[in-house]
Amino acid sequence: MIKLFQIKNYAIPNTIEEAYQLLNEKRANTLLGGCGFLKMGKKTIPTAIDLSHLGLDKIKEDENAIEIGAMTSFRAVEVSSILNDHFDGILPRAVKEILGVQFRNVVTVGATVYSRYGFSDFITALLALDAYVILYKGGKIPLAAFLAQGCQKDILIKIVILKKNTRAAFHAMRNSQGDYAILNVAVSKENNEFKIAVGARPQRAMIAREASKLLGEGQLSEAMIEEVSILAAKELTFGSNMRGTKEYRQILCKALVKRGIKEVLS
Amino acid sequence: MKINVTVNDEQLEMEVGYDEFLVEALRRYGFNSVKRGCDTGCCGLCTIWINDQPTLSCSSLAVRANNQKITTIEGLQEEATDFAKVLVKEGAEQCGFCSPGFIMTILAMKRELKNPTEEEIIHYLTGNLCRCTGYLGQLRAVKKYMGVV
Ligand SMILES: Cc1cc2nc3c(=O)[nH]c(=O)nc-3n(C[C@H](O)[C@H](O)[C@H](O)COP(=O)(O)OP(=O)(O)OC[C@H]3O[C@@H](n4cnc5c(N)ncnc54)[C@H](O)[C@@H]3O)c2cc1C
Ligand code: FES
Ligand code: FES
Repeated sequence: MIKLFQIKNYAIPNTIEEAYQLLNEKRANTLLGGCGFLKMGKKTIPTAIDLSHLGLDKIKEDENAIEIGAMTSFRAVEVSSILNDHFDGILPRAVKEILGVQFRNVVTVGATVYSRYGFSDFITALLALDAYVILYKGGKIPLAAFLAQGCQKDILIKIVILKKNTRAAFHAMRNSQGDYAILNVAVSKENNEFKIAVGARPQRAMIAREASKLLGEGQLSEAMIEEVSILAAKELTFGSNMRGTKEYRQILCKALVKRGIKEVLS
Repeated sequence: MKINVTVNDEQLEMEVGYDEFLVEALRRYGFNSVKRGCDTGCCGLCTIWINDQPTLSCSSLAVRANNQKITTIEGLQEEATDFAKVLVKEGAEQCGFCSPGFIMTILAMKRELKNPTEEEIIHYLTGNLCRCTGYLGQLRAVKKYMGVV
């Protein structure tokens, strides 16, 4: 069998500093998440850095925030009582349609967020919350800013979500179960403040800022929800790929945004 | 690299490559029930348990299994046979290629879900593809086996 993914040396650091030093020793040194994607690439890795001995696989909560460690699996997100009890369980809902249980036991939160995948369901759901990325060198960055800019070679340590009394909804459309979403939408409401996040456009998730603002200012009538959904589909950009055309995505956006708003208002 | 693994309740020292996945390593050591299908994480054929959790062996690095507990169908012969009998009775097995991974997921589900609904069963099994049966016979068999009919 031809091997595309090759590892020349394997390191299991005991501290994050050690992992960071190794990461920066050579350009192609690579952090390992669950390897779901890495294994499919054609990459020769001088030193693979295994983060699984750093205790980064925990979901914790205190009075103000919930933390999700970078090595937490999607399955752990799905079954976490903490995450099911907050934000209408939006994060478990966003990951539970991603392939099967045995796959979700492999893939990790940190790799997903750090890689800023356009198709990601998890990132879209997270973006509708008050979420921050904690990087070893880069520190605490609001998720939206991190998605917009990216960062230098760094290690994502954890995600922090501020606890608020947030209602939230997640909807995605797929051609078939197990496929990537053609579009995914998350809507959240905290008092009179709304966030409408749309991902898999197929570009990475973004907040529809004007639509979110309008929703917070207006009467929450059927006509207003319609207007907001049209605005969201207008202000964001969409593209075409094998899963759907740009026009189809725009129509879907309108429908899923409407669904999301109605759910958080219910 | 040498790793120490408990496979089906037996201690085993395995010599594995850094970039070797468990599907290859386990087969090399004679656990031939573990099959490779798509090799991309999509079909569920390669499902084993790591620390009792159903996991894709095609996507789990063997090195990471050091000091962990692995279970394959070879270690669950009796239960697997019990389920296979129900499967056959429902006419739900054809080529049988999907069976090793499918059965590993079913046996994990049986431990995890008590009185699941049909929807919960289907959701738990979405990671296991079968190209022959059309799933309905399998679903009948699983429901019988889980005692939910
Ligand atoms: C077949 C398949 C289908 C999928 N379908 C979906 C889907 O429908 N919806 C969806 O949302 N997602 C989907 N995904 C993506 C999946 O959910 C994960 O996002 C993806 O596999 C990456 O996670 P991983 O742990 O496997 O990362 P890896 O493959 O291990 O790593 C990916 C990248 O992240 C880097 N990295 C890892 N950890 C860190 C860290 N802590 N800090 C910085 N960088 C890090 C690695 O160096 C690498 O460059 C799919 C993936 C596959 C393989
Ligand atoms: S071979 Fe592992 S999921 Fe298909
Ligand atoms: S019986 Fe043939 S693939 Fe399932």
